[in-house]
Amino acid sequence: MVEIKNAGYAVGKKWLLENISYQFFPGKCYMICGPNGAGKSTLMKLLSLLSIPDVGEVFYNNTKINYTNKEGYSKYRAVLSQQVDISFPMEVEEVVMMGRYPHFKIKPSKEDIEICDEVIELQNLQSFRKRNFLTLSGGERQRVQFARVLSQIWKAPEQGSRILLLDEPISSLDIKYQFDFLKHVQQFLNERTIIIAVLHDLNLALNYADEILLLNKGKLFSSGKPGDVLSPENINAVFQLEFKLHQFNDMQFLWSVV
Amino acid sequence: MFRQSKFFFPFTIVLLIVILLCAVAFGAVSIPIHDMFSGLLHVLQNKKSANIYEGVFIEIRLPRVLLCTITGAILSVSGVLLQGLFRNPIVEPGLIGTSAGAAFGASIVFVFAIRMSAEIRDLAGPLLVPVFAFGGGLLATFLVYSISKSQKRISVTSLLLVGIAINAIGLSGTGFMSYIARDPQARSITFWNLGTFSGATWPQVGITWAVAIIVFIISFRYSKQLNALILGEEEATHLGVEPEKLKRRIMILSTAMVAVATAFVGVISFIGLIVPHILRLLIGSDNKKLIPASMIMGAIILTVADMGARLLIAPAEVPIGIITSIAGAPVFIFLLKKFNLLQEKGSSYG
Repeated sequence: MVEIKNAGYAVGKKWLLENISYQFFPGKCYMICGPNGAGKSTLMKLLSLLSIPDVGEVFYNNTKINYTNKEGYSKYRAVLSQQVDISFPMEVEEVVMMGRYPHFKIKPSKEDIEICDEVIELQNLQSFRKRNFLTLSGGERQRVQFARVLSQIWKAPEQGSRILLLDEPISSLDIKYQFDFLKHVQQFLNERTIIIAVLHDLNLALNYADEILLLNKGKLFSSGKPGDVLSPENINAVFQLEFKLHQFNDMQFLWSVV
Repeated sequence: MFRQSKFFFPFTIVLLIVILLCAVAFGAVSIPIHDMFSGLLHVLQNKKSANIYEGVFIEIRLPRVLLCTITGAILSVSGVLLQGLFRNPIVEPGLIGTSAGAAFGASIVFVFAIRMSAEIRDLAGPLLVPVFAFGGGLLATFLVYSISKSQKRISVTSLLLVGIAINAIGLSGTGFMSYIARDPQARSITFWNLGTFSGATWPQVGITWAVAIIVFIISFRYSKQLNALILGEEEATHLGVEPEKLKRRIMILSTAMVAVATAFVGVISFIGLIVPHILRLLIGSDNKKLIPASMIMGAIILTVADMGARLLIAPAEVPIGIITSIAGAPVFIFLLKKFNLLQEKGSSYG
């Protein structure tokens, strides 16, 4: 379980996040939504341990985070960012292997190599293996980074769950790979996995999330089942846009009333 | 890409050995191979050199070549480390103040050593020079790093400009020191600015090799973490690396070895730029391969440059810095152009 308790984060005198508490349980996919400046990225930074909350606490698998020794967490917690730029030429294969870095000292073990092969196959990157990462398109780069992140937490830890954090992961992907990506995320989910994602597309969140956290002005505006949280009233209040919920077979989608 | 890496190490090691043999054999005086062996044998037996060839080989040629190879390795590995740390292919110890700061530190000792009593000088002299060089180099490197860093990223323009300023302070400080030096043994400004291996001695060889080997082993252990830094500081953090700690350590390691080399041979620019660039194109950016490869390649290139320095206008000598700068400056300009570094678009090896 991942837990954030009474957390607040401030820059100068401005509180970017205030009094956030939430429990994230294994086997579920959580999505964080909200307008620009609502504090989504800040919350992600607290959950990924990049930032230390000014007040409150963060827990991984029921233990309070020790910020002075974070190395061990990277064995079961991985983060995919919106865009990753690398500073020197590297082969796709080498980039994916970086995901295994927390698991070996100097030389990758047989298991590390097998996991990389498996992930490369899963992401359909076999023909890219020896390509220079810097020559790839934005979408291809994101798939390679996703493969790296998956290889990092391919196996759940002996105790507790693996944690996958996704910070606007699909913004650079075309529509086919957006769905492909979400399909892979769903396949990755099991009873030993917690997935938390920041997503801009409300319709994707509505249909792919198990629970949604709706942030507004640094506060948790609403949370729970997607249908309840992303109600036209809530969206109206948060985005100041009039939305209507449409039902189409068993799919739901939101569209603004113009 | 990078198919050559399988043959790279055997080929370059053989090349290095051949070049070392050439470097000890050729010079103002050519040394026959049998005199090399008998010279070494006489040293092992604790006997005096039997002829002039053995003497030149043991006392002049061999320490010079050994100091030269290790300096080449040091400057190249330092280039790799600093480029990884700054995430930028145009960084090298000569450009970001490490060498100039180290030279300044060392020149202070040369000037003030004569004011100390003879005993202190004899006792502390060989140690004080590298220690002061280290202090000066570290201060300069740290200044360039912290001044040019704004928020998260380091812009190339600010890095180069701050580097120019700190280099100017270091070099004019060195110039001032050699100007006021009354000791006829104090080194000239030409020595510091352009570097030379002509005064190589065995104690210098010993100290430089010892520091270099220690630093190489430690930096090799950091190669995985340096690789992670290629993804950026945030991603590296997610992989369990602590970037601030890593950067501090790398800066100290790199400065330690560059300072020792600079204290003995002066400032030699551009080696730390050329060698890593060639190697990234040949074998890629994995620091686990790049660090040992640049040791070998740096040794090869600087030894060849020093042979040039000795042979071009023999029996006189060209300062080695002139040769490395003539070869290195075009590479530097090429890098700036190729990666659009002057347009602030960031770097791309694509």
